[in-house]
Amino acid sequence: MLTAEDKKLIQQTWGKLGGAEEEIGAEALWRMFHSYPPTKTYFPHFDMSQGSDQIRGHGKKVVVALGNAIKNLDNLSQALSELSNLHAYNLRVDPPGFSLQFLSQCLQVVLATRLGKEYSPEVHSAVDKFMSAVASVLAEKYR
Amino acid sequence: MVHWSAEEKQLIASIWSKVNVEQCGAEALARLLIVYPWTQRFFDNFGNLSSPTAIIGNPKVRAHGKKVLTSFGEAIKNLDNLKGTYSKLSELHCEKLHVDPENFRLLGDILVIVLAAHFTKDFTPACQATWQKLVGLVAHALAHKYH
Repeated sequence: MLTAEDKKLIQQTWGKLGGAEEEIGAEALWRMFHSYPPTKTYFPHFDMSQGSDQIRGHGKKVVVALGNAIKNLDNLSQALSELSNLHAYNLRVDPPGFSLQFLSQCLQVVLATRLGKEYSPEVHSAVDKFMSAVASVLAEKYR
Repeated sequence: MVHWSAEEKQLIASIWSKVNVEQCGAEALARLLIVYPWTQRFFDNFGNLSSPTAIIGNPKVRAHGKKVLTSFGEAIKNLDNLKGTYSKLSELHCEKLHVDPENFRLLGDILVIVLAAHFTKDFTPACQATWQKLVGLVAHALAHKYH
């Protein structure tokens, strides 16, 4: 459960990213494809070269969606409702408990490389909980 | 038999040579106990684990973190025989400590994040991929003797 303190830390952390959404999203995806090659199976139609338009575009999409969720931490279910439908019925990405954890890990690594010491244990914990909550909501409609 | 490319070995060695084992180990273990509080169940006799500050300052956490990462260093010297290296520890974690192997994966991922925060942009995607492979294999080796 996200505490008030968690929510504050998440919003503060996101605020530090200063408009670098596209880069951060693209880098998180790139790292995910490299560390967890099976995740590429969901993107057979993508140009997988570094910095490709598709990876940048999709990375930005993902991070913008997360940013929107962060503005609605008190009602994640509603904020992510459309995406929940999409992931469950159209994309059918392996149940979020499994594949989305790889994205969570890679996004956190990107944040850690950018924030260094500022990615403190407390921030780490809040972000991890948040990504877990997002995965949970996205999984709601799977079956 | 796991295969390590020359590049992977180099990425592991170059990061490891700059790691302060005591500090990094302490931090990784502290984060495990903070981010995944249920893991505290294995450390009942560690004293005060009541808050992130308490955990980070706890001398037993620091000492144990150092022990864990020192053992990791042994794995790095024996990349071609991780299962052999961890055989006894695997038995210990199963038979005496009763640790669910899922926790090894959690600690491995946390270690990667600690390295990322420490090395920042030097912790490149290639670096991360190699280290995720390493922590995955270490977790696997530690789970190998479970029965």
